[in-house]
Amino acid sequence: MADYEPKVIAFVCNWCTYAGADLTGTSRIKYAPNIRMVRLPCTGRIDFMLLLQAFGQGADGVIVSGCHPGDCHYTAGNFHARRRWIVFRRLLDFMGIDLRRVYFSWVSAAEGAKWAELVNNVVADVRKLGPYDTFPKRLSGQIRPLEVA
Amino acid sequence: MPRIGVFVCHCGENIAATVDAAAVAQAAAGFPGVVHSVDYKYMCSDPGQNLIRDAIREKKLTGVVVAACSPRMHEPTFRRTCADAGLNAFLCEMANVREHCSWVHEKLPATTEKAIDLVRIMVEKVKRNRPLFPIKVPVTKTALVIGGGIAGIQASLDIANAGHKVILVERDPSIGGHMAQLSETFPTLDCSQCILTPRMVEVAQHPNITLYTYSELEKLEGFIGNFKATIRRKARFVDEKLCTGCGICAQKCATKKIPSEFNAGLGNRTAIYVPFPQAVPNKPVIDKAHCTYFRTGKCKVCERFCEKKAIRFEQEDELIEVPVGAVVVATGYDLKQTDFFPEYGYGKYKDVVNGLQFERLASASGPTLGAIKRPSDGKTPETIVFIACAGSRDPAKGINYCSKICCMYTAKHAMLYKHKVHSGKAYVFYMDIRAGGKMYEEFVRRAIEEDEVHYVRGRVSKIYERDGKLIVKGVDTLLNSRPVEIQADMVVLATAMVAHKDAEELAQKLKVSYDGDHFLSEAHPKLRPVEMNTAGVFVAGACQAPKDIPETVAQASGAASKVTGLFSKDELQREPVVAKVNRCAPPLFSTCIGCFLCESACAYQAIEREEIRGRDGKLIKTVARINEGVCQGCGTCVALCRSKSIDLQGFTNEQIFAELLAL
Repeated sequence: MADYEPKVIAFVCNWCTYAGADLTGTSRIKYAPNIRMVRLPCTGRIDFMLLLQAFGQGADGVIVSGCHPGDCHYTAGNFHARRRWIVFRRLLDFMGIDLRRVYFSWVSAAEGAKWAELVNNVVADVRKLGPYDTFPKRLSGQIRPLEVA
Repeated sequence: MPRIGVFVCHCGENIAATVDAAAVAQAAAGFPGVVHSVDYKYMCSDPGQNLIRDAIREKKLTGVVVAACSPRMHEPTFRRTCADAGLNAFLCEMANVREHCSWVHEKLPATTEKAIDLVRIMVEKVKRNRPLFPIKVPVTKTALVIGGGIAGIQASLDIANAGHKVILVERDPSIGGHMAQLSETFPTLDCSQCILTPRMVEVAQHPNITLYTYSELEKLEGFIGNFKATIRRKARFVDEKLCTGCGICAQKCATKKIPSEFNAGLGNRTAIYVPFPQAVPNKPVIDKAHCTYFRTGKCKVCERFCEKKAIRFEQEDELIEVPVGAVVVATGYDLKQTDFFPEYGYGKYKDVVNGLQFERLASASGPTLGAIKRPSDGKTPETIVFIACAGSRDPAKGINYCSKICCMYTAKHAMLYKHKVHSGKAYVFYMDIRAGGKMYEEFVRRAIEEDEVHYVRGRVSKIYERDGKLIVKGVDTLLNSRPVEIQADMVVLATAMVAHKDAEELAQKLKVSYDGDHFLSEAHPKLRPVEMNTAGVFVAGACQAPKDIPETVAQASGAASKVTGLFSKDELQREPVVAKVNRCAPPLFSTCIGCFLCESACAYQAIEREEIRGRDGKLIKTVARINEGVCQGCGTCVALCRSKSIDLQGFTNEQIFAELLAL
């Protein structure tokens, strides 16, 4: 397992966490390169199927992060997201996903250092947990890539 | 078949130092659908943009991916480039290989691999992009300016003089802000009120400006060009139209010993009061918390003496709604208060004052009429100590930043003191002297050389009282860190400038971001210093960061010019990132099942009900329709939709799942 490099997928909102991660860049704070970010307008846009698809795609860990409660660019999108996450966790659990691999967080546009810390912690945790292939294996053959337009 | 072009930028060394840009371009060339892939040193430069334009034309590209900086930086640039070459702007996407890759990772193969992944994700997304067209919206040519300090005054006057309507909202009973409290201003030593009050009057008299003092923004809804602001006009308990500002009410008021906010707590005011003689408007308010009538039910002395019968004890807060097209936020700052400095005895010793209190003591309109007298016994201080960086640049106190104006106003204070008390001794404890600005360094040198102010480089550890003197214990770091002890009569702390206590709440109302110190964040630290990340909302003055008057005025004029630029058009173009309910052929018409869960989730009331009727006019079903002028494109409804009938343009399910599948 020495050469195992975890794959972490992050779903972030455009206004807080994406901008926060931009700030991490402008501040030149280093973090693990194992992360791939998917930019969405708001955490309220995050669909349960996206999380499932990420795990189906072989993600070893998934981060969902947006604006702090009360700071949503769209007034209340993150409140909707927060409510949904409670259900998401139970649903993920029901689907047999290892919940230790799902991370919900709030990172504001001013928290560049927090983003780096979050990514490093998640990558380190997931590294300890080892590769996660049970779910994709179970799914194999069931989820097909969408047809190319 | 998609024909995608990939353009990898080196950003000089910014990307190329850790990411092998040529390898990224080479790898991208092999992705399905990519017909053109190049790397270039500066993609945003003119030759770089020409590479894109030429490729679009020659290779007949159907989509473009630019691997460069954050889309928050240059997405508009590259979208414009594509539009120039005839490709729909929304068929261009950016892969963020700078902020999210080269700047945050070491030079390792994994970093280049990540960059390749980021490009692959975007290639898969852009293949599924659809041409979109900007949404046109009308503009309400009225600006809302929040805060009536010098920033708000300047912005209001500039916008109003350009011929547009302005609504200026100020939370205090008078406009003027902190600048009205100052005695003289650096580096010219001209009287602050003398330069400010004419502007205040101009605001009050300007035909294009509606002034709401003693009012606060309650709510802001809508979007650029089309906001709806709800303003709370707090009850003054005085009919502004009838009141002549004669002042008899304040003279007769029974409650007289309320610390005056305007005098920074050094003087007193009455319960019915005008904050200062030059107040605009010069109309009093009743401070409900202190008024004898409101506390005990008896008194009404003011009402008895008011000849115009303008007192209105029954008045209540009033909410008014105004349509505005742009907002300028200019809410200013606060000073870090009392218990923050236990070691300096601030709040404990009357003669330890803050900078603003000293301004009031030095001001001709202040409680001592400009004579420097210590608050405890009214004596003229023979020895005075000024402490710069009281709180600022002190991580132990939680304030890492420099408050920027203290070096200058401390030099000014010391100078004013020496001009008024010739025999007095003035000491300044400082960490560094930061006098960057036109005539600033010369000003500080004048304080040191001509006015013989003693500058001691070092910090003060403690202040305590002994035999009626304030003992200031510090250290002189230029003299081998020798301990210094000064027996002072008065101490002035240049306390840190902090964000206004309501800054967070205001930011949430305006949906703009703020930094860790609660200062409001501009859209870009260098290139968009007066815009905010919510379109149509601009920022000016110390609510954005500590700054002095010239800088504040410059920023306010900058914000005003942005507003007038916005108002120069009759129609605005807005990004078409909006939700859409699908449409399909009969008998379904739309997969929408009409549950209207989306309606309850939408924060903007953008969901409308649409009836689908047959040719005979019979109702077939009712489905959701999204008002694209109102929709802001958050996508909450998309995630919520049970029948998956709504999608978000620019972030469709198809696009996002394709991004994931590319990983």
